[in-house]
Amino acid sequence: MQFMLLFSRQGKLRLQKWYVPLSDKEKKKITRELVQTVLARKPKMCSFLEWRDLKIVYKRLYASLYFCCAIEDQDNELITLEIIHRYVELLDKYFGSVCELDIIFNFEKAYFILDEFLLGGEVQETSKKNVLKAIEQADLLQEVSKFNFSGQSIGTV
Amino acid sequence: MPAPIRLRELIRTIRTARTQAEEREMIQKECAAIRSSFREEDNTYRCRNVAKLLYMHMLGYPAHFGQLECLKLIASQKFTDKRIGYLGAMLLLDERQDVHLLMTNCIKNDLNHSTQYVQGLALCTLGCMGSSEMCRDLAGEVEKLLKTSNSYLRKKAALCAVHVIRKVPELMEMFLPATKNLLNEKNHGVLHTSVVLLTEMCERSPDMLAHFRKVGLVPQLVRILKNLIMSGYSPEHDVSGISDPFLQVRILRLLRILGRNDDDSSEAMNDILAQVATNTETSKNVGNAILYETVLTIMDIKSESGLRVLAINILGRFLLNNDKNIRYVALTSLLKTVQTDHNAVQRHRSTIVDCLKDLDVSIKRRAMELSFALVNGNNVRGMMKELLYFLDSCEPEFKADCASGIFLAAEKYAPSKRWHIDTIMRVLTTAGSYVRDDAVPNLIQLITNSVEMHAYTVQRLYKAILGDYSQQPLVQVASWCIGEYGDLLVSGQCEEEEPIQVTEDEVLDILESVLISNMSASVTRGYALTAIMKLSTRFTCTVNRIKKVVSVYGSSIDVELQQRAVEYNALFKKYDHMRPALLERMPVMEKVTTNGPTEIVQTNGETEPAVLETKPPPSGLQPASQANDLLDLLGESDITPVIPTAPTSKPASAGGELLDLLGDLNLTGSPVSAPVPQIAQPPFLLDGLSSQPLFNDIAAGIPSITAYNKNGLKIDFTFERSNTNPSVTVITIQASNSTELDMTDFVFQAAVPKTFQLQLLSPSSSVIPAFNSGNITQVIKVLNPQKQQLRMRIKLTYNHKGSAMQDLAEVNNFPPQSWQ
Repeated sequence: MQFMLLFSRQGKLRLQKWYVPLSDKEKKKITRELVQTVLARKPKMCSFLEWRDLKIVYKRLYASLYFCCAIEDQDNELITLEIIHRYVELLDKYFGSVCELDIIFNFEKAYFILDEFLLGGEVQETSKKNVLKAIEQADLLQEVSKFNFSGQSIGTV
Repeated sequence: MPAPIRLRELIRTIRTARTQAEEREMIQKECAAIRSSFREEDNTYRCRNVAKLLYMHMLGYPAHFGQLECLKLIASQKFTDKRIGYLGAMLLLDERQDVHLLMTNCIKNDLNHSTQYVQGLALCTLGCMGSSEMCRDLAGEVEKLLKTSNSYLRKKAALCAVHVIRKVPELMEMFLPATKNLLNEKNHGVLHTSVVLLTEMCERSPDMLAHFRKVGLVPQLVRILKNLIMSGYSPEHDVSGISDPFLQVRILRLLRILGRNDDDSSEAMNDILAQVATNTETSKNVGNAILYETVLTIMDIKSESGLRVLAINILGRFLLNNDKNIRYVALTSLLKTVQTDHNAVQRHRSTIVDCLKDLDVSIKRRAMELSFALVNGNNVRGMMKELLYFLDSCEPEFKADCASGIFLAAEKYAPSKRWHIDTIMRVLTTAGSYVRDDAVPNLIQLITNSVEMHAYTVQRLYKAILGDYSQQPLVQVASWCIGEYGDLLVSGQCEEEEPIQVTEDEVLDILESVLISNMSASVTRGYALTAIMKLSTRFTCTVNRIKKVVSVYGSSIDVELQQRAVEYNALFKKYDHMRPALLERMPVMEKVTTNGPTEIVQTNGETEPAVLETKPPPSGLQPASQANDLLDLLGESDITPVIPTAPTSKPASAGGELLDLLGDLNLTGSPVSAPVPQIAQPPFLLDGLSSQPLFNDIAAGIPSITAYNKNGLKIDFTFERSNTNPSVTVITIQASNSTELDMTDFVFQAAVPKTFQLQLLSPSSSVIPAFNSGNITQVIKVLNPQKQQLRMRIKLTYNHKGSAMQDLAEVNNFPPQSWQ
């Protein structure tokens, strides 16, 4: 996978994960063009499209949020749909019935979860349970480190 | 200074902004606060500030001033800091940034941290965006972690290694030892990432590929896959009743790479592929994802034919699936296999044609390309009907390609001339404005050569533009035809149809309308004017009218029209006695066959272009190159989309050069054909896979030669030529093997100098048995219109005594009788 974008029906970016090195300008350009292209798709069309030399797999969820992945020629489109599905499940389990607002207000957590599921554009863990357990433990570690010795809460985000 | 506001507070505030300007103001204010906080080196709230900065960055605002802060966070001992710091690094600190390398030391320390979650953060960051230098520095650490027993870290290290290899391929070797027992793990995360790592290594290095084949990777993978399928329900990895589909798909992909071009590996995976193909549940996308990967693998390895048919049938079933994603994927795959497994794909033709009516543009495009690939002599009428209907109703972006495809297919497989002309007419009238400009000369040539259809053609074309003369390619072809065959039109001779009653004036009316119309392009006007001029020798009553029209355009603003008109005027005035000869009927042009889909020679389930010097193999459509071939062959300088009648295209004043050109002509007025550039090439027989003598009048015996004789491999050439067709030489090669072991996977390739054309037909087999006990024969057809000395470079590849052999050689000893 080269990159994954989450954006709203209005074209607002909610998450961007890039697995290839590109300049900020290029990223903005790609994002703008791709968002436009995907938003122009009609509901009856299939979830795949060719864009530049990449294959784009996208899924529209919760009526307002688009999950969009750019994969390479030898990658399997259908399993990419499953990857998107799995990520949504993870978010759902973590936030408890996730909605777009959760991702907006807790974007850093969305990234943390993604980084336990994918690494370098590939799936690193196929067990839902293990991903969620790792996040849970890391969150705990974060909680613990938030307090100094006198029990004072410091440096919370 | 009060504590900086919290992240969620900021998000809430920014979202209340009602305009872009308001939002920008809030952002600027907050950025200012963050900047001063950074300046004060505030450790407590650095994490919070960077998090806010990342949010604003996602909204599109600049955040580069936070880069160094991310580094400080990474270096902090607090886990919260590190978490945000690494996230910030991944978002703001890609390898193009100057400060990127400063991360290296921190990452190195964190890779050795006592807490696995910190190690995990470091591995993740390195594996997502580490630069080449960073990868070089830290590869050793990654390799260490690849050998740890901690599966949480091991799986991350594996993917990190993949990234390192992608950035610095030379480092691949160092990870080899660690891969030895990667697949012995029970943990699926490690298994999955290990398969990804092995895939990367095998794809990049043929040595690695050979190594892994040797150490029994295939049976190991087959075992793991079998366990996944056979084992019972595992809640941890189950997706809709299938156990760990992600792992299954990756294993299948790795098997593909291992089985490619390798008989033994392919055989070892045959059973498991059949098992997966038949047992996988197809009701959900998950199952179909696995089937899809299975099909891709089956088609790419040396699978037996039964398995291949099974794969194509799976694709056929996909085509009937309600899920359009599945249909899309099926069409894409079928397009890839249609050349090699043509007959199997043909069976699904009607389903494919149905997909032309799909609502999705991508599906339609694929269905169209596939349909063209499937047209053959047997189904051409039915297929063309469907494709013409598609042309009527499809989106404009398809029309040009579809029209070109139809022309190509019609030219190759037309069951009758009348059908051919009708089909062309249909395309011109329905999609006339989308037809490519270069199709016009092609069509004109086609019409010229269908001598018995001239009357019918011109009548139909006339009727077509009567109502509407806006579609330029249609009008151009029609004008040309009316100019040529106007006499047939007014004489009312038409066998095929009810002849219409047309007067000369009516014909001139329409041509003049074209000339005057705003819709006509300059090129089209040129056609019309020339057509009117030609009619001066074909019509009897209206010559004066024609003269008048021509003289009017002598002062046209359009330079091209003006020049033509002036020259035509000259024809009327000073050279009237030459007019009939110059404007005579065009001769039949020798049929030029364009480079349609190249002969694809099937060898062992793969396809290779059989000739080294032809155009690249298309996916069934070659609209542009076909016309380019024609233009190349015409060769002359006056190439415009207008088929020139020779004198008029010379950029010169009316009198002088015309005379020069006519100097060679017989001026007594006897019929001499206008000097049309001769395209004198014989038809190339694109079919004919037999190696029978192709000519009835074979030229007297030409001596055969030994073209190659080395390492026990001998290749003899025998020749055949026809007296009537001296430009074609047919060479039959015979390859024999005098060693004690068979030569397998034998492939013969040939290349000839540019003035020649070459066609290589299928070989009799790919195995040359030992001890001269059998031959491989193959036919080569060489076109040598310039009768130049035949030279050929040949390339031979084969397997012998367990190693791959390859040789290049030049053949220079062709007997003169084979080419003179």
